[in-house]
Amino acid sequence: MRKKVIFRGALLPYLLLVPQMAVTLVFFFWPAGMAVWQSTLRQDAFGLRTEFVAFENFTDLFRDERYLGAVLNTAFFSAAVAGLALGAALFLAVQADKKIRGAGLYKTLLIWPYAVAPALAAVLWLFLFHPSIGLIGRGFTALGITWDYRVNGGQAMAMVILAAAWKQVSYNFIFFLAGLQSIPTSVLEAAAIDGARPMRRFWTVIFPLLSPTAFFLLVVNLVYAFFDTFGVIHALTQGGPGNATETLIYKVYVDGVQNLNLGSSAAQSVVLMVIVIALTAIQFRFIERRVHY
Amino acid sequence: MASLDIQGVTKSFGVTQVLHGIDLAVRDGEMVVIVGASGCGKSTLLRIVAGLEIPTGGRVLIEGLDVTPLEPADRDIAMVFQTYALYPHMTVFENMAYGLKIRGLPKPEIRARVEEAAALLSIGQLLDRKPRQLSGGQRQRVAMGRAIVRHPKLFLFDEPLSNLDAKLRVQMRAEIRRLQKRLSVTSLFVTHDQVEAMTLGDRLVVMHEGRAAQIGTPMEVWSRPADTYVASFIGSPAMNFLPATLTEGGHAARLAGGAVWRFTDGARPGGEGQPVTIGIRPEHLLPGGPDGLAVSVDLAEPLGSETVLHGRLADGTELTARIPGGVPGEGLHLAPDLAALHVFDATSGRRLDPA
Repeated sequence: MRKKVIFRGALLPYLLLVPQMAVTLVFFFWPAGMAVWQSTLRQDAFGLRTEFVAFENFTDLFRDERYLGAVLNTAFFSAAVAGLALGAALFLAVQADKKIRGAGLYKTLLIWPYAVAPALAAVLWLFLFHPSIGLIGRGFTALGITWDYRVNGGQAMAMVILAAAWKQVSYNFIFFLAGLQSIPTSVLEAAAIDGARPMRRFWTVIFPLLSPTAFFLLVVNLVYAFFDTFGVIHALTQGGPGNATETLIYKVYVDGVQNLNLGSSAAQSVVLMVIVIALTAIQFRFIERRVHY
Repeated sequence: MASLDIQGVTKSFGVTQVLHGIDLAVRDGEMVVIVGASGCGKSTLLRIVAGLEIPTGGRVLIEGLDVTPLEPADRDIAMVFQTYALYPHMTVFENMAYGLKIRGLPKPEIRARVEEAAALLSIGQLLDRKPRQLSGGQRQRVAMGRAIVRHPKLFLFDEPLSNLDAKLRVQMRAEIRRLQKRLSVTSLFVTHDQVEAMTLGDRLVVMHEGRAAQIGTPMEVWSRPADTYVASFIGSPAMNFLPATLTEGGHAARLAGGAVWRFTDGARPGGEGQPVTIGIRPEHLLPGGPDGLAVSVDLAEPLGSETVLHGRLADGTELTARIPGGVPGEGLHLAPDLAALHVFDATSGRRLDPA
């Protein structure tokens, strides 16, 4: 229930809005506007001359093989991260929801990775997968597998996916666990009496009842994989080897900060902005229409 | 349709023992109601029969077959829950068809069975709705329907009426009884409501602190309660208990206030002066002459055709009476129907019958 408050005078409501508006203006509209403006400009390498090129940065972008490669990388990376993080979290949540000894401790420990900073998480995985000092890396070598993510693009991609997904599992886990706990026990008991075995109960009762949660998490995970994985990639592979792990967000950094091609970098930012706006819109529409049982 | 045998079932949760050895034989087609206050173990017993709890000791047999080690799915039973436990993401049709689908019945037969059950419960027009679009009474019917379509060996009811409003409860109570008779499915019904228990059951099991205090037909339990707990639990308003001692060689009781009530059915065992508890139901106290008990009335509840009186005897013992007609005047004397006295042992609370 929303409570309606009637203000006398028009000043107070606007004053109350000012702080939020100021934050949004300074930290979103201003930089976003700058990015949009920048994306229509072209500067020389020394920043001496700037000319207006309208949509040329965008048309160049969509003709650039390397950019299209980054699009494919991002699509694969995001799908893999979201799939892995959601699948692992769901599995863990189902296990944690069972009546087991030490369930409280188990749940607490599973939530911890979320508190680890992306760069630290990356270093942790580095120590595991480094070909000469990493525990798992050396294990691979001992098994006769040629393991070096610094030269093998596929291996590098697998590693960043793993590291990025690992960080997101905790978040998904909390939501899935809460979703599972909101399913009444009697409904599951009714299914058991109706003759459904545990696997069947999961797929015909538990999973459909979790699907609103799962959809919400899918969008959150995609946004995460698109935008929040810069730290992990930067610390682990810097987009390499070659451009094997270069995603859209990483390419914005490479083109803007390293190559100082501000126009193209800004155009890429604008593309990403459109994507995040679209994802957010889907999310909001979905939350509004959310099914209440 | 089958018989159900519960043999020496015990259940402990950690150090707390909630069931102390229950024995019960339910005949084919019979409806047995398990009634008791909350925490008496009645729901636990039902869940053990369903296979949702594992008994600490004892066996459960359906049709003579030991089902104790079996999963709920393998017992061929149906259960109606207090919260109905409908599948919220399925339509009414899907809810009712779920168990049949799992059993791999052909589609036309599933449809036929669901429609038959829906017609029986008059919910045929609701088959495409989701549970959240239904009222409490309709959900209750769907839960019943889901149980019926399965043609199970056993119906289990776990307080299915307690979430309904009073009027609907009475209506559904009659409907459940009619359906159960018509389908003649062996049923176990758990409730804390003694009126439900009396009206629904072929037999009652009155449970108290994890034990079956009495098993019998409603009239047996009402007219010959096995102990003071059963006596106070069954019947409304509750039975009056008066402290007394045996006298006249066990043929009569002397109440604490001095009055002597002679038993009409013979002497009770135990010598002169043996302390007993005399039970008398409120409806068996009638306004009488000066030889009755003088009662000072604190509260009179007129119900139209009769009046419930709450009062005290001269020695302070509380007494409730249900008398025909309106509120009586001052100086009321109540006389017992001596043929309707119940005699209980004062220490154990067990019923004392003529030797």
